[in-house]
Amino acid sequence: MRADFKELKMKADSLWDRLIGGQGHWIRIGSDLSGQSAGSEGVASRFEQEIGQRNLKAIVTEVGTLGLCFAEPLVDIVSPNMPRTVYGNVKPEDVPSIIDSHLIKGVLLKEMVVGVFGQNENNDLPDIFQHPMMKDQLRIALRNAGHVEPGNVNHYLANDGYAALHKVLKTMTPEEVCEEILESGLRGRGGAAFPTGTKWKFLAGAKSSPKYVLVNCEEGDPGAFNDKTILDSDPHSLLEGLIICGYATGATKGYIFIRHGHDSPINRSWRAIDEAYEVGILGTDIFGSGFDFDVEVSLTGDSYVAGEETALMESIEGKRALPRYRPPFPAQFGLFGKPTNINNVKTLSYVPQIMLNGGKWFSDIGYGKSKGTAILCLSGHLKYTGLVEVPFGLTLRHLIDDIGGGSSTGNPIKLLQTGGPLGGVISSDRLDVILDFEAMSEAGAILGSGGIVAADSDISVVDLTRSIIAFCQYESCGKCFPCRSGMSHLLEILERICVGEGSSQDIELMRSVGTNMQAGSLCGHGQLGFNPVSSALQYFGAEFEDMISDPNRDNGRNATWYSPLRTRR
Amino acid sequence: MPQRVREKVDLALRSQRQHTITVLSCLLAVQDAFGYIPKLCIDQVAKFTGSTVNDVWGVISFYTNFSVNPPGEHILEVCWGTSCHILGAMDIAKSVLEEIGLDNEGTSSDGRVTVRFNTCLGACANAPVVSVDHKLEGRMTPDQAKVIVGAIKNIVAEDLDIES
Ligand SMILES: Cc1cc2nc3c(=O)[nH]c(=O)nc-3n(C[C@H](O)[C@H](O)[C@H](O)COP(=O)(O)O)c2cc1C
Ligand code: FES
Repeated sequence: MRADFKELKMKADSLWDRLIGGQGHWIRIGSDLSGQSAGSEGVASRFEQEIGQRNLKAIVTEVGTLGLCFAEPLVDIVSPNMPRTVYGNVKPEDVPSIIDSHLIKGVLLKEMVVGVFGQNENNDLPDIFQHPMMKDQLRIALRNAGHVEPGNVNHYLANDGYAALHKVLKTMTPEEVCEEILESGLRGRGGAAFPTGTKWKFLAGAKSSPKYVLVNCEEGDPGAFNDKTILDSDPHSLLEGLIICGYATGATKGYIFIRHGHDSPINRSWRAIDEAYEVGILGTDIFGSGFDFDVEVSLTGDSYVAGEETALMESIEGKRALPRYRPPFPAQFGLFGKPTNINNVKTLSYVPQIMLNGGKWFSDIGYGKSKGTAILCLSGHLKYTGLVEVPFGLTLRHLIDDIGGGSSTGNPIKLLQTGGPLGGVISSDRLDVILDFEAMSEAGAILGSGGIVAADSDISVVDLTRSIIAFCQYESCGKCFPCRSGMSHLLEILERICVGEGSSQDIELMRSVGTNMQAGSLCGHGQLGFNPVSSALQYFGAEFEDMISDPNRDNGRNATWYSPLRTRR
Repeated sequence: MPQRVREKVDLALRSQRQHTITVLSCLLAVQDAFGYIPKLCIDQVAKFTGSTVNDVWGVISFYTNFSVNPPGEHILEVCWGTSCHILGAMDIAKSVLEEIGLDNEGTSSDGRVTVRFNTCLGACANAPVVSVDHKLEGRMTPDQAKVIVGAIKNIVAEDLDIES
């Protein structure tokens, strides 16, 4: 079926208008992974049940997240003649009183309100955009998160969706699309920050066919949940970015690569794909342009290294996720030996807005060579934990003290662990560092995929480093020996320091192991795997020395230690 | 018995949603259907994908989610990732293991529950997190974790409903 964009859009708009401007109530429940962990499903089913019993005119929809995860479960209600209201920390037993008050009497239940959208009559309720966590955000990739039903093509179409794809297919050549992305200054958000336009041009220039474009949502980094949350909240944004990427590079097939077990991002991605096929936005001759494109979800097993781009291709091919030697590079020899491009979820989710507003618009946002926004996951000892999208150029202090609300424990924040297990720690005396790829790397704490975990003064850095290296050791794929044996060696040293059996040479020994890993490893896992140790030594070297010289020292509150078994079968 | 297993495996292999069928995708489908990889289906997966038994074993032994032994009736995963670690994951793990009577990952002697560490359950903002048969439970405390273990021990699967 050939999709007519205008027709689709008109239908979607009228559906949407009825939801937000109609006579009934629309109740949206934040039900991404973190909402679920706070009990959103129980709240949703209680709403369904009460509404059914009382025969009210209301629709309950499980949506993604507004990002205010600390206040989850979030319930966002649109009712006739009332401001759109977000209630926080809602438990199933709160539901009857919310219904009585808000839906039936038309009175807001003030003590549970996190914020309202826009103006309200007496201005006695907080505007949600004035919440410290929301105030400085600029939501481009996350603009629909928490607003639309994830995977619902009509909701997406009614909110600027597929307008960029329509424009691209109708009015632009693939070369022009690549140029626009190049001009935007968009850089990969998967860790390496490589210019996306340049990468697309490599693939566009490749001779052989078919070509593939892959979306990397492996996201094994503990502390990072932004990629999964995008798929959980607004998978169509990613899908639109992916189709545009396919057109720009001459690819005909896309894969969305996700780790199995994260059920809701997987199911919502499938739903987006299915609905896009239904209306003719995927398949053959999209919008009558002659361009054909197919997408499917590819699941992987538990393996962190499967997120590395060449290991990812091995995994889609169904093999052990072992990184390949390079050259040849993926743009020449990728998935099934064919030219391939790999991008992170966040990277592609920016693309529709860039194509609508122009590359220059995007490149005017941000700082230095870091264009646009950073999508960050705040967790750990912070008052406001969750998902935020802020322009590059803020200081880390701004991010932690204002947006994150500072420490949640009463103890001062001691450090931030950033960029996942291959990233590093940064001491809280360096919070003047600017949120920017280059500045963060210089400070030893790479931005990576955007996980920022704050830890207070009770945390032992040595214990934390052991935990991170234990992860890296557990996840080393074993293909190259500098990483395989280096990680084991580092873990052995850290374990003995933690139990008071460290020796005075151990710090030097770790450095020499780290140097070999950096120089000799096949992929980023081993090349970057010493970062957690080197950054910890840079800022908190004295803590390691103290623990070695005084073996009876109290190892902070995390003295208990378990790690996954190496052989589980 | 083996015939029934083979039929169930066959159904799992044939009902995969995506077009690209591989050794890995087949193993994920089998594990979803059984909770583990029954050894007697390994040649079946090999035949179905046109690969060898060695290829199949190679994939099983690489990805840490695969197991060739049946797990307990319920799976309790304790997140062990950085955010959870900072917020006390080790205390949660300790509490869970003590309550079940295990020293580390494994299955309880009554076969009721298998405990595993997960490297990140994806709900880091609500750390520490555990999951019971895939259902996430955030903002966990050691005491609440004990309540969860108690509920698993006493209640059948469908009735499992944990309120904090
Ligand atoms: C061990 C390892 C794990 C990685 N895991 C991920 C991941 O989970 N998600 C991701 O997008 N990139 C990951 N990367 C980076 C990818 O190799 C690749 O650079 C990225 O997906 C490219 O996308 P981008 O250009 O949009 O950033 C990983 C790299 C290494 C070395
Ligand atoms: S670190 Fe525990 S859920 Fe991510």
